[in-house]
Amino acid sequence: MKSLDQIWVQNLSLLTGYSLLAGLIFLGARSERWRSAWRRLKGDTVGLISFAVILVYLLIGTLESIAVPSASGSRSLLQQLTRSIPQETSYAAPLASTALSLSDPKPLKSRHLLGTDALGRDTFVQTLRATRSALWIGGLTSLIYIPLGVLLGMMAGYYKGWVDDLVQYVYSTVAAVPEILMLVSILMVLGKGLGSMSIALGITGWVGMARLIRGETLRQVERPYIAAAKAMGQSNWKIITRHLLPNVMHLVLIKFVLGFSGLVLAEAVLSYLGVGAPVGTASWGTMIDASRSELSREPLVWWNLTAASSALFVMVLALNLFGDSLRRAFDPKQGA
Amino acid sequence: MFAYLLRRLFFFIPIVFGVMLLTFVLFFVVQSPDATARRVLGQKATPKSVENWLHNRGYDKPLLINHTPGKPWHDSLFIHQMGRLATFDLGTSDVSGRPLREVFAQGVLPSLLLTLPAFLLSIALGVGLALYLVFIRNAVVDLAASLFCVALMSVPVMVYVIFGQFVVAQVLNYFPAFGFELSGWSTPKFLLLPVVLMVVSGLGADVRLFRALFLEEMGQDYIRTARAKGVSTVQVLMRHVLKNGLINLITLVVASLPFLIMGSLLLENFFGIPGLGNVLFTAIQAPDFAVVQASVFLGSLLYLGGLLLTDVCYAWADPRIRLQ
Repeated sequence: MKSLDQIWVQNLSLLTGYSLLAGLIFLGARSERWRSAWRRLKGDTVGLISFAVILVYLLIGTLESIAVPSASGSRSLLQQLTRSIPQETSYAAPLASTALSLSDPKPLKSRHLLGTDALGRDTFVQTLRATRSALWIGGLTSLIYIPLGVLLGMMAGYYKGWVDDLVQYVYSTVAAVPEILMLVSILMVLGKGLGSMSIALGITGWVGMARLIRGETLRQVERPYIAAAKAMGQSNWKIITRHLLPNVMHLVLIKFVLGFSGLVLAEAVLSYLGVGAPVGTASWGTMIDASRSELSREPLVWWNLTAASSALFVMVLALNLFGDSLRRAFDPKQGA
Repeated sequence: MFAYLLRRLFFFIPIVFGVMLLTFVLFFVVQSPDATARRVLGQKATPKSVENWLHNRGYDKPLLINHTPGKPWHDSLFIHQMGRLATFDLGTSDVSGRPLREVFAQGVLPSLLLTLPAFLLSIALGVGLALYLVFIRNAVVDLAASLFCVALMSVPVMVYVIFGQFVVAQVLNYFPAFGFELSGWSTPKFLLLPVVLMVVSGLGADVRLFRALFLEEMGQDYIRTARAKGVSTVQVLMRHVLKNGLINLITLVVASLPFLIMGSLLLENFFGIPGLGNVLFTAIQAPDFAVVQASVFLGSLLYLGGLLLTDVCYAWADPRIRLQ
């Protein structure tokens, strides 16, 4: 019965994440600025293609995040769908019919499109499954650093004075500590896991967002609409949430997309530092890290590095290109 | 201007204090001084020797505030360390016992040998490519170049390093892929690959940034005037765009200057270059609190120095800006 509970918790948190995203898009869709940006985005081929690629990754990550009951407790929907692919005992080259061993090449149970890893798991399936780690780290971290950065940035820019001094003090301090020290220490305290990686990246990551939003807020508060809102006697809190927030929200969206790619890349570095995804969780970072020893093997094992880094590269590329398209769509004056 | 700089310098004191406090907390939450002592002294250490080790380094004091009755509140580890650092007494390494002044002095040169050529090369290459893109102004080339830049930015550093080391060491069998030697012609041999990787991994972002800078300059009124006078495109680019763009560029990159001394944490570690970045990296993993604290202290001073330099640069480049 316990495993059934876990399945529910996992699926519900996934559902919550998606409803949150839908809510934000719904809120944004009401403003004229977002709608005209959408119209411009529809004419942007590169933007649409990269968006489609991101949606494919999102689909794969979702399949891996949905838990279904199985004989041994629970497994992901993606595992369920790929259960016909057998597990070998060790490395096998792409499409080879025998295991990768010079002395004793045993025949394999089946051919594998991208070969298998050290434990004999299909590389293609592992690469697909690792999408989940990337998406969860990017998503959870964004959930932490965006509200923090936006709120502090807006408060600093709106209230000015000692609030501004305090916020600037805190982010200057955080920015002056080497990021790697922060990440490694926080992760050593919290332990390995996608959640603690997100917390660590969130704590170090909000500085850029706060800086950006503070600058934009300083510009916005000079505009007449804020003076009008103040003259009508609206409370500070209302001005911040009803007037300022919608006017900086497009910057948040752009930074979210571009920042997401940075977070996905950071996961690979964390794996090298030995504080990456926990054992048993497929991730591109751990696959790339493992390939350092695989490349010096004889015969050479290159497919794990190629598969993981290609999947990572295409995702980051799509995110970067889509972020650029968003920026162009929201700010057509700025040109290329 | 002088008053402004002085005020900024005073503002830096609480930041450095905050950085040190944060480092201290981060570090001692991860590992207590007791555990460090046991690790350094080995399994067979007697409780007495552990106590001695801690006492010699002052690690037996309370961490932040001394609550023991009869002792002053400030007789604590953190406050003692801060007092030491305030006089730039860096102390000695917890693990090797070497004086840190010596360790850092030794690391500066390898770090600079890696970062300085990479920095200069990437600026020269970035500016050149960006100017070329602005010069030809061709939609197809622009699209291809921007795709290429984004592609360069999207490759993880790890992949650059693993792939680079693999190609150089195992396929080309050409020059050493790991290690460092500070003597004559072997130094550039060791540094070639890391410098190339550092330039390539940063090039995409640089070209995009510089190109945006130059394009903004191209839209200015004085460019239209120059063109109306009949100045050729090349001359407009060299005389006006490059000159005015460079001012903005300098203010942008000057903040990263102090970091050249610190070296590149990851690259130095990947390639076994004994620079300051590697010193900090190994100290984080050792863990060696004395080294981490002193590195972070010096690093935060450099970071703040970069901020100050940027302000001064802005005022120097644009006389309309007054620092008050």
